[in-house]
Amino acid sequence: MSKVRVLVGTRKGAFVLTSDGKREKWDVSGPHFAGWEMYHLKGSPADPNRIYASQSSGWFGQIIQRSSDGGKTWEIPGGAPAPAPDGTPRGQSNKFAYDTSAETGKPLTTHQFYDGTQHPWEFKRVWHLEPSLTDPDTVYAGVEDAALFRSSDGGTTWKELSGLRGHGTGPKWQPGAGGMCLHTIILDPGNPKRIFIAISAAGAFRTDDGGKTWKPINRGLHSQYIPDPNAEIGHCVHHIAMNPKRPNVLFMQKHWDIMRSDDAGDSWKEVSGNVPTDFGFAIDVHAHEPDTIYVVPIKSDSEHYVPEGKLRVYRSRSGGNEWEALTKGLPQKDCYVNVLRDAMAVDSLDKCGIYFGTSGGQVYASADAGDSWAPIVRDLPAVLSVEVQTLS
Amino acid sequence: MNIRVELPQHLRTLAHVGREVQLEVGAPVTLRAVIDALEASYPVLRGTIRDHGTQQRRAFLRFFACEDDLSHQSPDAPLPDAVVSGKEPLLIIGAIAGG
Repeated sequence: MSKVRVLVGTRKGAFVLTSDGKREKWDVSGPHFAGWEMYHLKGSPADPNRIYASQSSGWFGQIIQRSSDGGKTWEIPGGAPAPAPDGTPRGQSNKFAYDTSAETGKPLTTHQFYDGTQHPWEFKRVWHLEPSLTDPDTVYAGVEDAALFRSSDGGTTWKELSGLRGHGTGPKWQPGAGGMCLHTIILDPGNPKRIFIAISAAGAFRTDDGGKTWKPINRGLHSQYIPDPNAEIGHCVHHIAMNPKRPNVLFMQKHWDIMRSDDAGDSWKEVSGNVPTDFGFAIDVHAHEPDTIYVVPIKSDSEHYVPEGKLRVYRSRSGGNEWEALTKGLPQKDCYVNVLRDAMAVDSLDKCGIYFGTSGGQVYASADAGDSWAPIVRDLPAVLSVEVQTLS
Repeated sequence: MNIRVELPQHLRTLAHVGREVQLEVGAPVTLRAVIDALEASYPVLRGTIRDHGTQQRRAFLRFFACEDDLSHQSPDAPLPDAVVSGKEPLLIIGAIAGG
């Protein structure tokens, strides 16, 4: 019988929620890494027992954690407390060094800061981990200050794919309110050389050669809060989602505006339609219906909570423009939570399950594609990320 | 010299150690030498106390010994005699910030 495993990152630790295919009764384990900010956890599609986790702290920096048994036990890759045989201490899994070499880093050292001056690139944390679709030991990391790293040894050592920062527009990137973070990484299942990423506040980018060269893919985005609203870069893209069965179609929740691309990001059109507000963070696509998409509208960029005190997921069955509010089982009064960009996910069961976590510590699940909802847990720390594994 | 170092809770958890660790450090005993020895014995702590690249102390950590704040002294300055003799520990403390 199928099972689902929901991986939840919070401000104060990680939680693993498991259920059978009915998705009615849940076991909750955690907190793992108690007291640490867990920005993201994600399982390997190639080996569901392999899970990577980003553990960070303003005090102590970044740690990468890895599980090989589905989240029961964890290890820091290469972090055994003993010297290696050659005498060199091990434990490099938290080392993210920007490439400033002339050959590849070009050598890019500064980006635009809030005040318009140039500011050194400084590593702060890993926002998103994206395991390879085919190799459990290969994983990508999107970091703040924005850059893309890859590990091919299970998270022990990391190397920057510096062609992204070095492709030319890097000095013009600037931080959004949450920092200058690379928060979205999408691997194209039909084309192993193609990767999509998104950065706040630079925009979306794509490589077609495995990460060597990159180009901005922001044509059609319009952002009134930047000097040139139609600029090539500078847009605060909040999240992008793709249905793996139709990888050329992308859906984007921008700072304001819900967008759609039918040509792998080469151009975008707005599909905000009738949502009560088109500000938001999370967006995802139904596992079996590529034109069914989900967002959680948030009141505004200065009021990061759902409008009118009502927690409503909006679903479009037409790929955007026409939206319906999904409210059954969700609080419809006095609710003022936020749902962050990586805090929504879908399983691949039939019917498709939808999951999201809130800044109030609730994780909601729908086992019927959004028609009705129930909380799995209500009182976790503020939720930063939600990912789902469908297990056979 | 046998140097005592007291760690904040989260670093104890990471390194699987108790409140205090003891390190063998050759003369001269400086902050840099003690942190080098700490990272050599517990590689998982690399990057958690000082930056990988710049070797600068992380902003929210402080070094104390003998009731003095050593955070801003040169990493190559000698540590107090009481630390060198093992009478007093070097304290690595997470700054208390927020509520």
